[in-house]
Amino acid sequence: MSRQSVARAHQKIQELSWEPMYHEPVSHYGTDYTFRKAQKKDPLKQVLRSYFPMQEEKDHRVYGASDGAIRGNMFRQVQERWLEWQKLFLSIIPLPEISAARAMPLLFRTVPNPELHNGQAIQMIDEVRHSTIQQNLKRLYMNNYIDPAGFNSSLRNFQNDYCGTIGRQFAEGFITGDAITAASIYLTIVAETAFTNTLFVAMPAEAAANGDYLLPTVFHSVQSDESRHISNGYATLLMALADEGNHQLLERDLRYAWWNNHRVVDAAIGTFIEYGTKDRRKDRESYAEMWRRWIYDDYYRSYLVPLEKYGLVIPHDLIEEAWNQIWNKGYVHEVAQFFATGWLANYWRIDPMTDKDFEWFEHKYPGWYDRYGKWWENYNRLSTPNGHHPIVAEDVDYQYPHRCWVCMVPCLVREDMVMAEVNGQWRTYCHEACRWTDVEAFRPTYQGRETPNMGQLIGSREWETLYHGWNWADVVSDMGFVRDDGKTLVAQPHLNLDPSKMWTLDHLRRMDPLLSPNVLLNEMTDEERNAFHAAYIQGGPAGRPARTDA
Amino acid sequence: MTTATERSVPKPVFTDAEAGAKEFPDSTARRFNYYVPQKRKQTHYEDVTVEVQPDPRHYLAQGWLYGFSDGRGGYPLDWTVLKAWGSDRPEPVRGPGSGGKGYEWPAHGWHEFRDPNEEWELSLYRYNANVVRQVGQNVEAARRSKAFGQWNPNWVRFVERHVGAWMHVDHGLGLYLFANANRRAPTNMHNNAISVNSMHRIRAAQDLALYGLTLSEEIDGFDGSAHLDAWNSDPAWQGVRETAERLTAVDDWCEAVFAANVVFEPLVGELFRSHLVQHAAPRNGDFVTPTIVGAEEYDFSERDLRYTKAMFELLTADREFADHNKRILHSWLADWVPASIAAARALQPLWSQPDAKPPRFEDALDSAKSRFAGIVTDLGLETPKELAQ
Repeated sequence: MSRQSVARAHQKIQELSWEPMYHEPVSHYGTDYTFRKAQKKDPLKQVLRSYFPMQEEKDHRVYGASDGAIRGNMFRQVQERWLEWQKLFLSIIPLPEISAARAMPLLFRTVPNPELHNGQAIQMIDEVRHSTIQQNLKRLYMNNYIDPAGFNSSLRNFQNDYCGTIGRQFAEGFITGDAITAASIYLTIVAETAFTNTLFVAMPAEAAANGDYLLPTVFHSVQSDESRHISNGYATLLMALADEGNHQLLERDLRYAWWNNHRVVDAAIGTFIEYGTKDRRKDRESYAEMWRRWIYDDYYRSYLVPLEKYGLVIPHDLIEEAWNQIWNKGYVHEVAQFFATGWLANYWRIDPMTDKDFEWFEHKYPGWYDRYGKWWENYNRLSTPNGHHPIVAEDVDYQYPHRCWVCMVPCLVREDMVMAEVNGQWRTYCHEACRWTDVEAFRPTYQGRETPNMGQLIGSREWETLYHGWNWADVVSDMGFVRDDGKTLVAQPHLNLDPSKMWTLDHLRRMDPLLSPNVLLNEMTDEERNAFHAAYIQGGPAGRPARTDA
Repeated sequence: MTTATERSVPKPVFTDAEAGAKEFPDSTARRFNYYVPQKRKQTHYEDVTVEVQPDPRHYLAQGWLYGFSDGRGGYPLDWTVLKAWGSDRPEPVRGPGSGGKGYEWPAHGWHEFRDPNEEWELSLYRYNANVVRQVGQNVEAARRSKAFGQWNPNWVRFVERHVGAWMHVDHGLGLYLFANANRRAPTNMHNNAISVNSMHRIRAAQDLALYGLTLSEEIDGFDGSAHLDAWNSDPAWQGVRETAERLTAVDDWCEAVFAANVVFEPLVGELFRSHLVQHAAPRNGDFVTPTIVGAEEYDFSERDLRYTKAMFELLTADREFADHNKRILHSWLADWVPASIAAARALQPLWSQPDAKPPRFEDALDSAKSRFAGIVTDLGLETPKELAQ
């Protein structure tokens, strides 16, 4: 069989599909999109006969490199600052990967094109590959890196930590709600086509600069599967565009998916790349520069804009606004500062920034020091226990933020925070686009059109509310972020592993209780709430409260 | 005079960040501590599989974040009517000051399932790459030795029509039953095993299709599209087709997997593959087809049936719901056994088509029934009376 061309082999396997004569396959998932049957081709002509050996060969390379890294003592050269952030990243990413596998069946009954179903089934098993190969990488880190804490409790942590919850949208968004919104627009058209570039290409490059060549080995191998997935999504998108009745839904879903991916992925990956690196060469690309190249130029201008001629309404305003957030409003810096503020509620160690870091940030983001420098100096000053509290409970000119009810990243760019009363609850949103997502997009009607298959935003979306009134020591114990001596925290605001320099539950016990900003907001009168909002949006940058003397 | 400009590259730094470099709390805690292994020691398979798919009953403090239009998110346990212990425990209610703790891991019995094949990416690609390589080599060796020239004309017709028709069963079940079910089960261990099962079926379908393509090139008069006519209109295949289509229409994921792997495959799949094709082919000069079909047979009997039995053994021996589960499984047997036997009997005319006949159909069916009865008994279930049909 090896003599046959891939094109002929692919043509032959099209004979496998059949129309049901006696029973229709079960239809578990609904969509408000409509599709006409069309012979959209799978341009990559995926056939398992060549697929399995190809993947096996890729595996050989990955596992050979893993073996080499251990034999070559790679961990003697790995930057702890970098590896610590991998405790967060590698706790999140296996779930989005496996969720992408679970998402593929959402398309079987909704997209009437058997040729695409074959590609979707191969994507399903690709995603099983990605999830387990990434778990395996984390296991290797746990076994060979100096500090296994946080890796060893990874999946429990991920599931009950607020950062993990933010990241979880990047998985749950694939598998629920309207089948096309979830498995096609959110997953393949936006998450895979746009944001895997920063996830799986830009970030591994930074890993290599920090002495870790295993992350690039694994994630470039993963990324090499993505072109097939992007192709699956593109074919589905063209089928959807063929029906004008879908254009309104496509516009809605692109807006939602773009903005949510920006909020979630840029928050996480931006922080890893900018604050997790020790590589401060002035000519290395900043996250903003990478974003401009990979997402603005490669995705927006080269992929999305050409689709306009087919009737796709592109959210130009939100794409420019995402750039505005990153470049002018310091989105990544605000997020990193918040992660560091709440270090004690997490499960990795966050290294203080140094003068060398300050210099780099100022070079790449002029004005950075005036905004964030003083706070990071305070972070450094308060990093080892010395009779003071963790920084979140000290006066460092930082107002603990409200949580965005939609993307669950806090409302960090203070001036953009909006509020709405929904289902009897006052909710805060980090941006008008997130308010729109909750109040208008995820609803059973959209702009007067019935959208009965649209999903719902559910769950307990403000982490702080679960622990309203709790002592911080009890919060951390409840989440399980404690080392095997029963008192030392997994998280630390520095990299010093001398036990006498590490924070313990005893230090937290002395703090005032944690209070949920959202519970407090809902206890306010209308007048108090309006005054609070007016003051909140006067705050910032860098979390500074509004000046009362202004 | 030239000046060398230094390239801008990251500089290696000695950090001594390797395991064992220092002693501190957790410095030797090098195993995943959020699950209990099935056996004494955690396996590599468990480490890369267990707990990736979360559950609000134990660690998922803030619950599922995105729901379908009815407000339900994640992987609802009632997507099957079968139950594992703890299934009726409510999800913890969260609110101001509730904390985030759920039940002790595993919270319910579904999380106790482990795939005995220990499938993850390394194992599944090794296995399937080996299969496609071996199948390809078998066919290529046969082609070079002109082995297809030994086939008698009736056997050529048999392969082009009937061996070819089976690829449609594989493809349909692989995509619309197994791949579909990989979204339905409550744990990562279930869904990964099911997705690997799906790929076995889709690969087997493509193995047969591409084999047909080679035969079209190698045998004069081999009709590479005859399988379509058999599948679409040959009365002998309509029972199989109807049952296969019905299998893809099942709503309950456990019923779908049970009906396909415990009932349909032993009574129809193995009957066709092992008792007809494998036995008839050598007598008709064909030593190649059994190697293609045999690869699929091994997929099922040694891997897919193996995980299926482990999955349902847990449910029939469940400490809380064993009786409930057995009652439902018996009702599924009462439904699917007659359908499968009817499909098997409809295939009977195929036994008389090759020049050199395989063992009698009734003997073959008795063997298949006996094999099926053994599987059912192993699961702690009673052999259904419908088996006598």
